[in-house]
Amino acid sequence: MEIKYHFYHLFVVADMLELYDGSLEVEKITNSWYDRFRLSNYGAIITFVGVVRDEDGIDGLSFDIYEPILNSWFNDWQKKANEQNAIVLMAHSRGDVFNHTSSYIAAVCSPKRRVALELIDSFVEDFKASAPIWKYDIINGKRVYALKRSTKIKSAGILS
Amino acid sequence: MVRVEFLGPIGKEPLELDVENLNQLSIVLKDDSSLKSWLENSAVAVNDILVSDKNHPLKDGDKVSLLPPVCGG
Repeated sequence: MEIKYHFYHLFVVADMLELYDGSLEVEKITNSWYDRFRLSNYGAIITFVGVVRDEDGIDGLSFDIYEPILNSWFNDWQKKANEQNAIVLMAHSRGDVFNHTSSYIAAVCSPKRRVALELIDSFVEDFKASAPIWKYDIINGKRVYALKRSTKIKSAGILS
Repeated sequence: MVRVEFLGPIGKEPLELDVENLNQLSIVLKDDSSLKSWLENSAVAVNDILVSDKNHPLKDGDKVSLLPPVCGG
């Protein structure tokens, strides 16, 4: 039984970062996470859902993702979480996401709440600062890069 | 030859360049005026690992990626 459990856990680990074209099906994704992990004795499951706001005349947002670096960024966070007996989960949209729908969901599962509460904060903040994802406003059917709301990655400018 | 890719909003086709380190790459790219602001605000990855040393060597077949400012979520 123990060996079976470890195999199951290893198999499941691969699917902790999910990318979808367009808006996220929030209930489907968060329910699937709950179903997958509620038996693993995580006493605290914290989910952050990001929703596209209707502002400044946009119809929505659009995203480009560079997956190779996103994957390594995410794996580094998984290792950090695992060191505290926790796991991180994430879903993000590629392409167009219209107002009042979700483009991003992040979650932490942990045996105890303190770790989860602190991890969700640092996980989401680091995501905003480091994840290789570019945001565009959708205005009159066109994508306009949201430079003013974007953050330079650490070590930016070394070629200038 | 080193392949240089411009990610996200930079909107430039990849280049194949004969350069030996990031310093040389910087000199070549600075020649392109459309890249000036991108060079100032973009991070650099070599073979999908972010690097911060301008003397980082480049070898044949390496991939360099320029990553402009990000905004996930």
